[in-house]
Amino acid sequence: MINSLKRRFVAHLDPVLMYALGALMFVSLVLMYSASDGNWTRVLGQLANITVAFVALWIVANMPLHYLMRIAVPIYIIGMVLLLGVITPLGVNSHGATRWLNIGVATIQPSELMKIAVPLMMAWYFEKHEASLTLKNYFVATLLLVMPIALIVRQPDLGTALLIAASGFYVLFLAGLSWRIMIGLALTAAVSAPFLWSHMHDYQRLRIKMLFDPSQDALGKGYHTIQGMIAVGSGGILGKGYMNGTQTHLDFLPERTTDFIFAVYSEEFGLLGNLILLTLYGFVIARGFMITANASTYFTRLMAGSITLTFFTYTFVNMGMVSGILPVVGVPLPLISYGGTSMLTLYLGFGMLMSIHSHKKLVQS
Amino acid sequence: MKRHVELKNHQREIYFFQLRLILSLGFVVVMLLILLSRFFYLQVVRQGYFKTLSDNNRISIVPIVPNRGLIMDRNGIVLAQNYSGYTLEIAPSKVADLDSTIDALAQLIDIQPRDRKRFKKLLAETHTSDSLPIRSRLSDVEVARFAAQRYRFPGVEIKARLFREYPYSDKMSHLIGYIGRINDKDMEQLEADNMDANYRGSDYIGKIGVEQSYENDLHGTTGFEQVEVDAGGRGVRVLSRSAPKSGSSLILTLDAKLQEVAEQAFGSYRGALVAIDPSNGEVLAFVSKPGYDPNLFVDGIDTENWDALNNSPDVPLNNRALRGQYPPGSTIKPFMALAGLAYNKRQPGTTISDPGYFTLPGSSHHYRDWKAGGHGSVDLFKSIVISCDTYYYGLATDLGIDNMHTFLDQFGFGKKTGLDMDGEASGLLPSPEWKQRRYKQIWYPGDTVSAGIGQGYTLVTPMQLAYATAVLANDGVGYRPHMVKQVLRNAEHEAPSAPAAVAMDLKLPADNIALVKRAMVAVTQPGGTAAGASAGANYRFGGKTGTAQVIGMKQGEKYVASQISERNRDHAWFIAFAPADKPRIALAVLAENGGHGGSTAAPIARKVIDYYLLGKAPKPLQTVVESPEKEDD
Repeated sequence: MINSLKRRFVAHLDPVLMYALGALMFVSLVLMYSASDGNWTRVLGQLANITVAFVALWIVANMPLHYLMRIAVPIYIIGMVLLLGVITPLGVNSHGATRWLNIGVATIQPSELMKIAVPLMMAWYFEKHEASLTLKNYFVATLLLVMPIALIVRQPDLGTALLIAASGFYVLFLAGLSWRIMIGLALTAAVSAPFLWSHMHDYQRLRIKMLFDPSQDALGKGYHTIQGMIAVGSGGILGKGYMNGTQTHLDFLPERTTDFIFAVYSEEFGLLGNLILLTLYGFVIARGFMITANASTYFTRLMAGSITLTFFTYTFVNMGMVSGILPVVGVPLPLISYGGTSMLTLYLGFGMLMSIHSHKKLVQS
Repeated sequence: MKRHVELKNHQREIYFFQLRLILSLGFVVVMLLILLSRFFYLQVVRQGYFKTLSDNNRISIVPIVPNRGLIMDRNGIVLAQNYSGYTLEIAPSKVADLDSTIDALAQLIDIQPRDRKRFKKLLAETHTSDSLPIRSRLSDVEVARFAAQRYRFPGVEIKARLFREYPYSDKMSHLIGYIGRINDKDMEQLEADNMDANYRGSDYIGKIGVEQSYENDLHGTTGFEQVEVDAGGRGVRVLSRSAPKSGSSLILTLDAKLQEVAEQAFGSYRGALVAIDPSNGEVLAFVSKPGYDPNLFVDGIDTENWDALNNSPDVPLNNRALRGQYPPGSTIKPFMALAGLAYNKRQPGTTISDPGYFTLPGSSHHYRDWKAGGHGSVDLFKSIVISCDTYYYGLATDLGIDNMHTFLDQFGFGKKTGLDMDGEASGLLPSPEWKQRRYKQIWYPGDTVSAGIGQGYTLVTPMQLAYATAVLANDGVGYRPHMVKQVLRNAEHEAPSAPAAVAMDLKLPADNIALVKRAMVAVTQPGGTAAGASAGANYRFGGKTGTAQVIGMKQGEKYVASQISERNRDHAWFIAFAPADKPRIALAVLAENGGHGGSTAAPIARKVIDYYLLGKAPKPLQTVVESPEKEDD
């Protein structure tokens, strides 16, 4: 009976993904202990984050596919309303950005919800018009993407906007957006770049400038990048050893448990550790691709593909920013950085992937 | 049919989808490879670079300042020492409002307006972020009072430091000099000399005197501690340590008691005295009066004291012994006599008849002897004893300026003696070439006549004259004059003092030297110009009086001391060596505006020699008595 309960509990959990997520969770907790200088509160906090996220994952994984279809529109609309709410006096300003919304009991960040809601909405929309896709449909889908992004850029929150733009673009791409339009859009972007530059916030411009020469402002904005690169580079091939990273433990690294946790990892475990971590991420991504390729419906294919590629984007942007090939945009290292919201969003995505995979099998069997 | 079309669409759709999926996969792989190569670049190719940066981040080098060496006299009496004490220091960069902070501190600790002014001056002069002292030598009560209120004063600290102290105050000031806070100029010099690394953490540097000349020995080697620091700069642990090496202590050739006697002997006179051991060049006494209190300079002198010293008509900051340049007057005569003998222009037995003046051939200008009516028949011996001017007017003319220059140059006139102290003046030994260069004028025969009695262009420093006297006293063999007998490089292992360096051997005929020295001894005997100063001495010593004119006298004008303002009166010289047969001390005394060498300068020399040869403690300070004896010049 216990066996049958157990079987029912894990029935919709994809074992391959679960092993990879478990391994990454282990890395996250072990690293959190070092990054926080042996602070158990931080480690236990992260464990709580993962627990909550796992519950969400389990629920979503057990959700039949048509539930996902059904909630797509309401979630998108709620997300948009909340995003608009941020502009009203209910928006909470902190560090020069208004990203949070006071809903009485708590302060939430609506843009996080949109990371799921936008691709979900777009995939739903393409599924609806699967039979007769015209240019008009792509245009509407793009509009569904651009509206929330515009609101998020305005907050300003470049990192989140970028990730949502990526997740939406992946849906468009997988839905077969014609090459001609993509090239046209790319050209338009190139042409409008100077215009965008002139409308950027100073801190955004500074971050982009810092990308090309972080030493320009070594004690200010460039400090993060420089210290991150020093941590990664000084780690060498084998790393300085667990708990022995001097950049980490002597306070030189900023944001050690969050956006820059990869620098901690890289400093202590070196190139070899990086290879192992990349392999783990590669494993997750590869599994995502497999699920995508085998997905049964148009909606689930788009959704699974977008989730997988967005997860990869997270990983690439964070590692790229810590190692100095991308500007510092405030993207956490997926599944490892401390933070409940991003953990929840990511696990929700994996829950959907699992649901897409297991419910397809159920349908088949 | 319809179903068939849909199916076909479906397959095409899946085909296109999978194509795009494969493209995405390719994109992911390429991007992951980019990441990997970036890691390879950072962690393998540039690992060394980033390792260095990381170490620089975490390792901070903290200098440990060495203790400065002591300065002692030849008998071990300490002349410059260190003592530990507390200073109240303010780090200006960490204090928001300096004035109000100092106001608040003044309620706990005695801070005088001059302390404030000195602090402001220090602040303007130094551009380091270090803390600067506002008060030094805090009492225990003050330390305790501040410690209790410390929380109120971020950026203000009490520090235990070693202070330099000069117990003899103004008695040794020109010799010992002083240290002071390193200013921007010192720092530039240190950087130019590549010495700045050894001065990391040091606040003080020798500014003048022996403290400056022997800075390299006294300072010592700065030690270092490698400390691991966090991003906030706080030390976490010590990684390695290299101990500082204390500075070497110096044993001077100076005899501090002798120096005191000499100081006291000057009474209220300004002037200088340099005493040298002719047998090895050791400087036994080195006086420049008045002196100043070097302790005032150590932590930056306050404006009031500085103005008082700097604007005093007595110019106490001027090192007269080393830098004061005066006409040698009649003290040049023994050297001129030697020149006359060396060039065969005068024989010991040859006499001249002195009518009281000298005229050049074809001129009616009278070069007057100091004694109206003259000395009658004068030979070389008598010319020194009674300081006959006429004799030397003629001798100079016979020698010619070139021979005079050549001969006197050997005794070190007109050039630095090579004393181991910076800032020595070189005096002036004139020559026709020099005059042409300096004044674009030809050399007149009259210039030679004046030079013969040490007037005109010739200038000497007391140091030079003492050295020349020592060379003469030692029969033409000169040893490089020096202040430092021994540098104690290591407290346990004392390096032997360097043997005295022979600087010159003039190879003068013994007869010539003996004759001149005998004449100089006669100067201090009854009938000589310094007879009064030697009364009652139970040893014999040689000497020569001299007078350096401050203002020129016109033809026919008579010098009457009482009619001339004190500052315009002649400077009095006396050079001496003692004892006469085997000299152990040679000295030069200058009493500014002292008038007659025999009456003011010679008694000072006598007291110094008395103490040095007999150990006779100085009598209670007595004013110099006007001598009724003969005057020279």
